[in-house]
Amino acid sequence: MAWLAIIIIKVVVAFGALLLIAAYMSWMERRVFALVQVRYGPNRVGPAGLLQPIADGIKLMFKETVVPSQADKFVFFIAPALTLIPALAAFAVVPFGDAVTLFGHKIDLVVADVNVGILYIFALSGIGIYGVVLGAWASNSKYPLMGGLRASAQLISYELSLGMSLLGVVMISGSLSLKDIIAGQVDYPFIFLQPLGFILFVVCMLAETNRTPFDLPEAESELTGGFHTEYSSMNFAVYFLAEYCNMITLSAVAATFFLGGWRGPFLPPVLWFLIKIIAFMFFFMWLRASSPRLRYDQLMAFGWKVLLPLAILNVVVTAVFIYLMDS
Amino acid sequence: MLGEVFRGLWVTIKHSVRARETVQYPEVREELPPGYRGLHKLLLWEDGLERCVGCKLCAAACPVECIFVESGENNPARPVSKGERYARVYEINELRCIFCGYCEEACPVGAIVLGGEYEFRADSRQKFIYGKRDLLVKRPDEIPELQRRYNEKKLLTYV
Repeated sequence: MAWLAIIIIKVVVAFGALLLIAAYMSWMERRVFALVQVRYGPNRVGPAGLLQPIADGIKLMFKETVVPSQADKFVFFIAPALTLIPALAAFAVVPFGDAVTLFGHKIDLVVADVNVGILYIFALSGIGIYGVVLGAWASNSKYPLMGGLRASAQLISYELSLGMSLLGVVMISGSLSLKDIIAGQVDYPFIFLQPLGFILFVVCMLAETNRTPFDLPEAESELTGGFHTEYSSMNFAVYFLAEYCNMITLSAVAATFFLGGWRGPFLPPVLWFLIKIIAFMFFFMWLRASSPRLRYDQLMAFGWKVLLPLAILNVVVTAVFIYLMDS
Repeated sequence: MLGEVFRGLWVTIKHSVRARETVQYPEVREELPPGYRGLHKLLLWEDGLERCVGCKLCAAACPVECIFVESGENNPARPVSKGERYARVYEINELRCIFCGYCEEACPVGAIVLGGEYEFRADSRQKFIYGKRDLLVKRPDEIPELQRRYNEKKLLTYV
């Protein structure tokens, strides 16, 4: 029974922490934005505005859920969950700390150590896009439809490069499991071996999570809200949570693959992991505050004509080097 | 293209260390400009008599008709104002008022002044109809400030 209890505790703690961090990312995003725009941002609710996400959550829960009259109600309500569940589930294979021994049990700080870890993450982030497309379609409204179409096209184009950019690391470490990949970075993180792969991954990560400069599915200035234009109340909040969860998961993947995961001197492993994720998130927010949005044809051309060839080149060069080192 | 992205990042990071533009309102208040037109005040003479003589020129000048004046005859034994008549009822609907200041300019005795107060609140519309009770200057220390504002605006006074 002990192993079951351990698993349940791990699941609850990991997902609770993930949701909490995702909620607080909204606070952080607003503060970072304000920082750049010579403002303060939310600083009234609690010390430094730290209770703002909770106040926002309560507010959203009490808001009316508006459903467009011609909407497909069932799909409309199920779509946000379809985005959130894969976003949460994808985090399950990410190790967030070294194995610890508690009450005589050796506990790996990962919810599930799957040997095809990274494939699992990609599969789930691919499923997550269904929530966006279905929600957009079910709204039966023009802006969401445009946003949904863009989201699907963008995701297909960038997921290729995303997977390709990680292939170099997978080839070096010889494993798809995130635990083994961290184990392979004892001496130095893989960013030194795969600098191009790292840059490609970060760029694709922005596109994958619909962040500026690739936030065309949401594009406030042209599509009002993109795929979530018609959403309100908790359904809207769920979309937002899912988006932040996706960002956190992909940040965690980037930290795992290129920055040595939870490895780091002096501080405890979990803290190091958190620091790395927050550093990525800060970069996302900083970039969003600084850069304009790409045009749609630019986005497509950039994905297919620049990122994908570079990713393939990276794989080829890595393969050649591995071959030469071995022989 | 990548260079431009980094230049943008550099611009934003430079902005992030600037002094904040935001005024933390309830704790920090900005000083109002001298000509600021806030809540109306009815002034008194130095001997305590009301300045308003109930001539209704302010009500006539008001573009949104938010002022209502009903004048009454002064009792010579116990006068309320220095003229023949005084304002028995003087009401301003502060919700309707657009704070244009025409009432100040119209007033021949300098009785009505737009003061510097801008924080007024109530929980019903009825309470925003300010009567004489709310408008008359109560604290004597308010008078020099209002008088100064009045002089700075260089409005004409015929008395």
